[in-house]
Amino acid sequence: MDTLLVYAYQVAFSFSIFILISLGLAVIFGMMKVINLAQGEFIMLGAYACVVCTAFGLPLWLAVPAAGLIVGLIGIAVERTVIRFLYGRVLDTLLATWGLNLLLVGLVTTLAGPQSQSVPADLGGVSLGGLQVPAYGLVMIGGALAMLVGTYALWRFTNLGLIVRGTMQNPEMARALGTNTSMIYMLTFGFGSALTGLAGALLVPLFGASPTMGLFYIAKAFIAVISGGPWPLLGTLSASGLYGSIDGIVSFAFSSVLGEIAVLLVAIFMLRLLPQGITGRLRKGL
Amino acid sequence: MGRLFSDFRRPAGERPGPVWWSFVVVATAVLLGLPLTLDLAQLLDLSVVFVLALLALSMSFLWGYVGILSFGQTAFFGLGGYVYAVAAMNWGDTTLPFLLGIVIPLAFAALLGVFMVYGKISDIYFSVMTLVITLILNKAMRATSGDQYVVGDVRLNGQNGIPGVPPLQVPWDSSVTLFIDHVYYLSVALVVLVYVGLRLLLTTSFGRILVGIRENERRIELLGYDARRYKFAAFALSGGIAGLSGTMFAIWGNFVAPEMFGLGQAAEVIIWVIVGGKSTLIGPIVGTGVIQYLTSWLGTQGVGQVTLVLGAILIVFVLAFKDGLVPTLGAAIARVFAGRRESGGGGQ
Repeated sequence: MDTLLVYAYQVAFSFSIFILISLGLAVIFGMMKVINLAQGEFIMLGAYACVVCTAFGLPLWLAVPAAGLIVGLIGIAVERTVIRFLYGRVLDTLLATWGLNLLLVGLVTTLAGPQSQSVPADLGGVSLGGLQVPAYGLVMIGGALAMLVGTYALWRFTNLGLIVRGTMQNPEMARALGTNTSMIYMLTFGFGSALTGLAGALLVPLFGASPTMGLFYIAKAFIAVISGGPWPLLGTLSASGLYGSIDGIVSFAFSSVLGEIAVLLVAIFMLRLLPQGITGRLRKGL
Repeated sequence: MGRLFSDFRRPAGERPGPVWWSFVVVATAVLLGLPLTLDLAQLLDLSVVFVLALLALSMSFLWGYVGILSFGQTAFFGLGGYVYAVAAMNWGDTTLPFLLGIVIPLAFAALLGVFMVYGKISDIYFSVMTLVITLILNKAMRATSGDQYVVGDVRLNGQNGIPGVPPLQVPWDSSVTLFIDHVYYLSVALVVLVYVGLRLLLTTSFGRILVGIRENERRIELLGYDARRYKFAAFALSGGIAGLSGTMFAIWGNFVAPEMFGLGQAAEVIIWVIVGGKSTLIGPIVGTGVIQYLTSWLGTQGVGQVTLVLGAILIVFVLAFKDGLVPTLGAAIARVFAGRRESGGGGQ
């Protein structure tokens, strides 16, 4: 029973990490079809923004949303200067964002140094079936779910969400109906970046911030969004569930590297079995 | 004069003309003559350019002519290096390890091809998945630092890599090993061989179908060809070439490390190919040389982060010089000559 509880926590934890790191990508790549290889570096920027904010005396619960905001603004700047010239040129986007990836890693290393920095979250532990688990882990699981539900609600139930979805489905028609599609693209990219920044900030107390940290997340994020298929949010949710469980169980039973390799192997098999992704057979929509 | 440049443009399936052949002969002769004027340190620097040019060739063949961007080339590169290192250190002999360093990455590429090419995932997902595979291999290799990760007698050493990889022996006499200048000759010879081989391959019906797939995959399929078979074969072949490059890298440096699989390595190959120009096979070779010398020069200038500069170069080339150096320069020179001819000033 105790082991089962710990496994459940481990799975929920891996699941929430998958959600956190892939939600922003689900918006930017899943909805906008922009392959952003600098996504991991946006996570890194979010982490550093959080570190800097707390260094200025902001409490952690304020530093996290502030980091999201900062990275959202950076995302908008990136969209205006690079991405918007490359819509529809998928491969060029991929290459340019890779350049951005290198640029950001180089820049942050120059400014902050290569060492890892962290922000403590002194929440203590919670006893779970006789075993202590860090309370912050539970906060993170809650945060991931809140971000997922919030994004879904924003896209599904608000007027803005409707306009965004319409623009992504048929930009010409949206423009004909009087939408400023360029603005919508910019805002959506900014929103995706903000989600990514939030994720980075939430991860800081557990994993710290270092210039090359993006690398550790980007592979998982792309696996989750690609296997998710054409319904970005539902797909990311189900793919995160699947890979989070595999990763959580294998990591806990063996080692975290084996967990990742297991995820990769399953992902490659999934591509063969379901090339359209988990939600590929469903009707097109959110 | 126009002939000279048309010889280096994308082949429309034509056999290369005499201008191209004489270029190959002259370039090879010059490169093989260089050791007469260079000292060993310079030769060592130059050798690695040619070793890495093989990697760039494997990528530009797949990307420029079949239309698939594979980040997996670095994975095959690293795999080739590790296979050679582990096999050569276990067996003492180096001929079979050298061949294995080509065959095993080729087989690994073929295995991935079974899933990805035959799974018919789109080209862009192909790029991302190969990137993911490279990253995870890198991570796995880094995690092998413990004593339990041993292949035969060789410890994998994780992060630190495997030092003391034996130099290549002459196949018929294992007491003769290749020295720095021999490695240079070998790498030049291999680059010329692979360059000429790929160029000629593209003039065969196999090569024409590959270019056809790049232009319009559906049309090729409607003409009755199984595009998957051709893409699969091209992917495996390029995996083998990348493996050869990795093997040569291990021989060149007597050292293999997880960085061979790394994102930095993968990024550099892309930059070589982009900067040189992927629509030619000679471009990536030039690009490799230019960027390799640029990075080592930047390193000595102490400007801090080389990746920052490389990232900026990549963004600028994608946004502004999509075709790369060689085709852009070639077109500019051709335009100048064409202009001169029209005004009656020069020409053939």
